[in-house]
Amino acid sequence: MCARRDLLGLAALVAVVAVLPLFLPNRYFYDVAILAGINAIVCVGLNLLVGYAGQISLGHAGFFGLGAYASAILTGRYGWPPLAALGTGAVLVGALAAVIGRPVLRLKGHYLAMATLGMGIIVSIVIATEDRVTGGPDGLAVVPFQVFGWSLKGEETWYWAVAATLVVTVALALNLMASPIGRALRSIHGSEIAAEVMGVDAARYKLLAFVVSAVLAGVAGSMAAHYSGFITPGKVGFFHSIELVTMVIFGGMASTFGALVGAAVLTALPQALTSLREYELLVFGALLMGTMIFMPRGLVPSLAALWRRGRA
Amino acid sequence: MFDQVLQFLFSGITVGAIYALVALGFTLIYNSSRIINFAQGEFVMIGGMATVFLLGAGLPMPLAALFAVALCTLVGLALEKLAIEPAGRASVVALIIITIGASIFLRGVAQLVWDKKLHALPPFTGDAPIHVAGATILPQSLWVLIVTVFLVLALRWFFTGTLLGKAMLAAADNRDAAQLVGINVRRVQLLSFALSAALGAAAGILVAPITLTAYDIGTMIGLKGFAAAILGGIGSGPGAIVGGLVLGVVESFGAGYVSSAYKDAIAFVVILLVLFLLPRGLLGGGSAERV
Amino acid sequence: MTLLSVRELSRSFFGLDAVQDVSFEIPAGAVHSIIGPNGAGKTTLFNVVTGLYRPTRGQVHLAGEDITGAEPSALARRGLSRTFQNLQIFFNMPALENVMVGAHVHSDCRLASALFRLRGMGRRERAAADEARRLMEQVGLGAYVGAEASAMPYGALKRLEIARALASRPRLLLLDEPAAGLNPAEAVEIENLIRQIARSGVTVLLVEHNMRLVMAVSERVLVLDRGRLLADGTADEVRANPAVVRAYLGTRNAGKKMAVHA
Repeated sequence: MCARRDLLGLAALVAVVAVLPLFLPNRYFYDVAILAGINAIVCVGLNLLVGYAGQISLGHAGFFGLGAYASAILTGRYGWPPLAALGTGAVLVGALAAVIGRPVLRLKGHYLAMATLGMGIIVSIVIATEDRVTGGPDGLAVVPFQVFGWSLKGEETWYWAVAATLVVTVALALNLMASPIGRALRSIHGSEIAAEVMGVDAARYKLLAFVVSAVLAGVAGSMAAHYSGFITPGKVGFFHSIELVTMVIFGGMASTFGALVGAAVLTALPQALTSLREYELLVFGALLMGTMIFMPRGLVPSLAALWRRGRA
Repeated sequence: MFDQVLQFLFSGITVGAIYALVALGFTLIYNSSRIINFAQGEFVMIGGMATVFLLGAGLPMPLAALFAVALCTLVGLALEKLAIEPAGRASVVALIIITIGASIFLRGVAQLVWDKKLHALPPFTGDAPIHVAGATILPQSLWVLIVTVFLVLALRWFFTGTLLGKAMLAAADNRDAAQLVGINVRRVQLLSFALSAALGAAAGILVAPITLTAYDIGTMIGLKGFAAAILGGIGSGPGAIVGGLVLGVVESFGAGYVSSAYKDAIAFVVILLVLFLLPRGLLGGGSAERV
Repeated sequence: MTLLSVRELSRSFFGLDAVQDVSFEIPAGAVHSIIGPNGAGKTTLFNVVTGLYRPTRGQVHLAGEDITGAEPSALARRGLSRTFQNLQIFFNMPALENVMVGAHVHSDCRLASALFRLRGMGRRERAAADEARRLMEQVGLGAYVGAEASAMPYGALKRLEIARALASRPRLLLLDEPAAGLNPAEAVEIENLIRQIARSGVTVLLVEHNMRLVMAVSERVLVLDRGRLLADGTADEVRANPAVVRAYLGTRNAGKKMAVHA
């Protein structure tokens, strides 16, 4: 539905992404933009599960981390070509999500939250503990991303790589949500019982959203690992999972562009407040609470509603 | 060999009692409002940290502990009034996120008001280990057990013997019906948060001499307390206690015999097993849903 | 031909028999109703037939195929659809999309088609929207085609559920208290709608308390009381059945015939 609005939004995204480098004065800003882009890729995927299908996952940093470590270990320790490692990581993450998703998604509400939380934490504990393979709490160095001999290095190159991936991801997500599958996902959120009766196999579609969002997180993780040049368990932990969910909720649930905006804002904001690093926890916590209490639909949909009401 | 088993048992029961107290806190709030308070662990942190700093400010231990509990109770009340109530009849997911946000917020405040270091509380009656049948038990552990038993009995008396307690149970069972008979469910919810906070603070003060305390211990202990609550059957008081003790003992033996590095993972494996295999927990009852 | 066949169907919850040993057959075509006092097990019966509950005993056959215990989502494909006593509208979507979800079993659900918007997807989506619009107009909701479901009044939402259920092109449509909460004028509109649906070839089975509606549209009436089938016959037969009267009106009125108020 609203194909025109989707196309406009996508065009706007392409325009912003193309023009943004003119406003980035130095490498530090590029870095923030790249990290925002990587987070946005995860959030667009996570939004399919949380915003559209109405489920919850407090463990998605686990998938992000698994993708990152898969790339790091396969390329570093076994000398695989980075593209193959990224692809393999994505497949592994997808397979894992498919296997654990079935029993997990049978749960609802806070039980589902706890199960995903538990899984995410188990993954982070395993990664932090198996230091012979993963480098433990100190992490691993990651080789640069190389395709056919050409090395992806430097902030500018990575910016375009991430931007391209993001645009493709957004386009695919928009297509998905404008299809019968997308409607089926949203109907599960509306009333799982009615959806089932209308022929929507809720378990299958929830799993689909879970696996797609997991794979996107894994791919983003691989990219983050190669871009930063190292990976630590910090990015696999509970707090990162909460950050991701916060971005989706803050930006707007059931809105692909909302998730994007949420990721962008909440990646850039802490950077802008570097002097106030000590307040990071406090601000994040207040933001989470405030958004859910006053703007439960998130920033973009709430603004859109205000805009519509203002015009009426 | 036997003394080793006994040792694990002692430490397991001690930490299990703490988990039980935290689990009771979860149960109290869940029973009065069907909310899972992810900030429960922060109450434990506040109890310990506040006592440390009040002690440092010169107050004698009993007063410091008392004020810490009072402070934490106020925090619990504020949480309910300022974060839960304004959310109204929000969805389950929304409430989960709100309490997670509160937990992060409280951690952020603790980090600013206090600091990020590890702190110790002096044990209540010294730290000379007591020898029992080849194993040792700390005097503080005995305090943990005694006070836990006392608190559990006090709660039991409150809920079965006082009108207010019974009103709370009624409100938990059927909110609308309770309102119709004149029970102020708002106040009951508020009270449940206050009680949970006090319980959490007590747990924090009890365990700080043994495990130390810091601004960020809340997350793990909250999650483990929740695991205990689910294990015993969410909503069941006795379940919380049984769940706590079982989890503590399993964790202790697991760390001792299987792998100490994965000690923390045990609680989460337990959560997953319970959620997948026995969602109602060990003592939870059954209920049918109406379509 | 027998469209729906229910044999010795039973369902209990923790020892309470909600439905006990119920057997009946619904021939294709026309409208059939299930009535009974509150707590008789009517909605439970619906829920078992539509796969939301598994029966503790008994069987359900749809057009000769055994559908006992089948998943609800599979039943839609077999031509079974229903509405709900307590509205189960997708409030997070516009009214039109609610109806479009009803046609899910006739949609292209391949992931590749969706992700890459393969050729035909746009055309199919437009066709689905047109069909949904047509259905909304058919049930009298033409004015709400552009509306959000959350903005619609109760009476309209009841009809939206019917439009949604019709979108799957069912052979058998189960309506759970379609007139509940409606005023007499609205109930008459539902009555006409039900007749219209039956004329289009869909077999309708409804649970209702509104006796006027039941007697007006039904070819056959089944009476449930405390989980058991009390009577199965035409509207007039059932009205005069002393057991039915006793169940509804109590023993003192056993000799009287059930009056039907306008």
